Amino acid sequence: MLDAQDIHKSFGDGAILGGVSLQVRKGELVSIIGPSGCGKSTFLRCLNFLEIPDRGIINALGVTIARDGGPWRRADEQMAHRLRTHVGMVFQSFNLFPHLNVLDNVLLAPRIVKGGTSPSERDEAMVLLEKVGLGRVAQRYPVSLSGGQQQRAAIARALAMRPEIMLYDEPTSALDPIVAEEVLGVMRTLDDEGMTQIVVTHDMRFAQVASDTIVYMDGGHIIESGPPETLCVNPADDRTRRFLRTVL
Amino acid sequence: MKHGMRRHLARFLTVPHWILCAMVVVLLAGAGGVMPQAARAEQPLRWAADASADVPYTFHDLNDQSRLTGFEYDLMQSLGEHIHIPLQFVQNDWDGLIPGLQRGLYEMVICGIEITPEHAEGIDFSAPYYVTSERIVVRRNGPALSGLEALNGHVVGTIKATQAERILANHPQVQVRTYDEETNVFMDLVNGRTDAVLIDGPIAQYYGATNPDLQVVGEPIGTVSYGIAFAKGKSAALREQVNTALEAMKKDGSLHRILTRWNLWTPQMARWSEDVSAPAIEPTSWNDYVAALHGASGWHAKLVRYASFVPLLAKGAVLTLLVSLCAMVLAVGLGLTLALLRLYGPAPLATLSSFYVEVVRGTPLLIQILLIFYGLPQCGLNLTPFVAGVLALGLNYAAYEAENYRAGLQSVARGQMEAALALNMTHVQALRYVVVPQAFRLVMPVMTNDFISLLKDSSLVSVITLTELTQTYIRLSSTYFDYFGTGLMVGGAYLLLGLPFVRLARMAEKKLSQPHIRRR
Repeated sequence: MLDAQDIHKSFGDGAILGGVSLQVRKGELVSIIGPSGCGKSTFLRCLNFLEIPDRGIINALGVTIARDGGPWRRADEQMAHRLRTHVGMVFQSFNLFPHLNVLDNVLLAPRIVKGGTSPSERDEAMVLLEKVGLGRVAQRYPVSLSGGQQQRAAIARALAMRPEIMLYDEPTSALDPIVAEEVLGVMRTLDDEGMTQIVVTHDMRFAQVASDTIVYMDGGHIIESGPPETLCVNPADDRTRRFLRTVL
Repeated sequence: MKHGMRRHLARFLTVPHWILCAMVVVLLAGAGGVMPQAARAEQPLRWAADASADVPYTFHDLNDQSRLTGFEYDLMQSLGEHIHIPLQFVQNDWDGLIPGLQRGLYEMVICGIEITPEHAEGIDFSAPYYVTSERIVVRRNGPALSGLEALNGHVVGTIKATQAERILANHPQVQVRTYDEETNVFMDLVNGRTDAVLIDGPIAQYYGATNPDLQVVGEPIGTVSYGIAFAKGKSAALREQVNTALEAMKKDGSLHRILTRWNLWTPQMARWSEDVSAPAIEPTSWNDYVAALHGASGWHAKLVRYASFVPLLAKGAVLTLLVSLCAMVLAVGLGLTLALLRLYGPAPLATLSSFYVEVVRGTPLLIQILLIFYGLPQCGLNLTPFVAGVLALGLNYAAYEAENYRAGLQSVARGQMEAALALNMTHVQALRYVVVPQAFRLVMPVMTNDFISLLKDSSLVSVITLTELTQTYIRLSSTYFDYFGTGLMVGGAYLLLGLPFVRLARMAEKKLSQPHIRRR
């Protein structure tokens, strides 16, 4: 489904990613954990080319983009655009469009990218909003919603593009635990429906309970990965063990 | 009414003369082999003056602002009859008169331009049509200064770049103060800011002698000749034609009659033209002017006069508004393009955009207007005054708007662009549907500010022959010596023009900003 090989990325002199590889199967839920600054968010953003890797190959949904340190060309941007067609993303700070109400937030991208607006699209958007529990606030503006509502709206917005893979960049870090649960609930529902999801998170409980695979990153490398039962209970590496001790 | 009839009659009487003269002109023109001139006969010959306040040369009739009059105006009518070509008047600001001539906006300028070697370097002159002197004007209750020597140690006002200014420059003990407008020269004399005025005879007579507080004193000083100006080196044939006509007008007495009607026939003119006859003509035009000038006293007459200004001010206001709106549309469009290029465009275009902003922002608007209107034709691009005015204002304000939008675009959170890209929009789509709409809401108050400012800066287009609100003010106030009442009216007009936009912007702001007043 998604195959990232040997991804390198540096900003200026600082190397953030030193060759990260990850395979994700269809329907899998992968959690990426690790200390702050370990490169996990950068890696996630490389997967849909919001951050352009310096080197490495990403192959997802039949689109392959190889980077060898050369300049980012127009053709590359077009490939990235194709890849993003089926990859949705949710951000830590929601990034809803403040000038549009919730329904228009969901409808904007389908309207623009797919062109035209049919009544059925509107109905589908409402179905999505009902699904994340926001049917009643469809006409409200983002600023009047709680953080949890905003993040769920952001998920609905991403789903409206019918993605096959969803990326989450610390989706609950800005939320208190009770509100966070609303968001995580939506993600679990999607998992049940067979959505492929990759989540960068600090929420160990969620990672432990919901993930098929947990990936531990440190210093721009993947230290180890495996199912939660193995990784959380019996980590192979000292660094993983130390990290888990502090967060669990 | 009686005066009007008589004036009409006087003009009628000259008919046989001008038929004769016209025949002479045609014969001469044919003999001189200037046939192209004949082809132009169908096209009216355009002549320009600054009729905004130029009493008694060419100005708007005090009793009827829609009518032009003046001794030069009458002279041009007579000239047109003599050379058998219909004439067309073009209004232009004093400072733009000669540049407009070079630009080919019109073929002649007649506006009391003194024939001097300095002037002759830039333009070609006809033979003189009027000869006069400088006169001293003082306050009746002020110091008695009846000669040039007596001016030493006093503050003396005059018009800039004139014979009078050059005379005064030779008297270093005189403190000279120069002005653009005749009315201002005399306003300051009346108000005591200056002790005397040294100025051309006709102006001294019409502005000084008609004011009960002032008087013309002493002997005439020096000699000044007025000539019609032509574009340098381009109008030899036309100049020849005009000179012949002027000579004919001197001979047949039509010049004499015009000047007598304006009470401007002087012993000096008699000597110069060797015409000592004294036609039995009343100075009707002069009498009309004096009567109109003193007629409107008392608040009722003043109110009636102010009411008569309203249509003129409305006309000026419409032009001001039209120029401003068009310029603002241009400024918004171009400004946004510049800002987007600078922030998101390829490197060379981004550099070009910031270069544009620096250059346009760093040079005066007035110079840009003059450059576009008078300068571009030298590169083959001839724009109408309206287009040039809109273009200059729009291009100028685009630089300010660009910076404004750049700030607005930059203050839209980075995450907005990322979210849009992640939703599979292209960069252009993300800008268009997500970033720019938010930036616009942010810069709305500043844009309103800029538009009000543009509305007022549009007064600068008066230098390229557009009679907008400010130009109308200058014309009316200096014709009637009434800066206060007219000023209040024009100020009110500007305020009325601006207010709806302030209101509209405030409404839009309220409506647009409510959903996202709290920004993340």
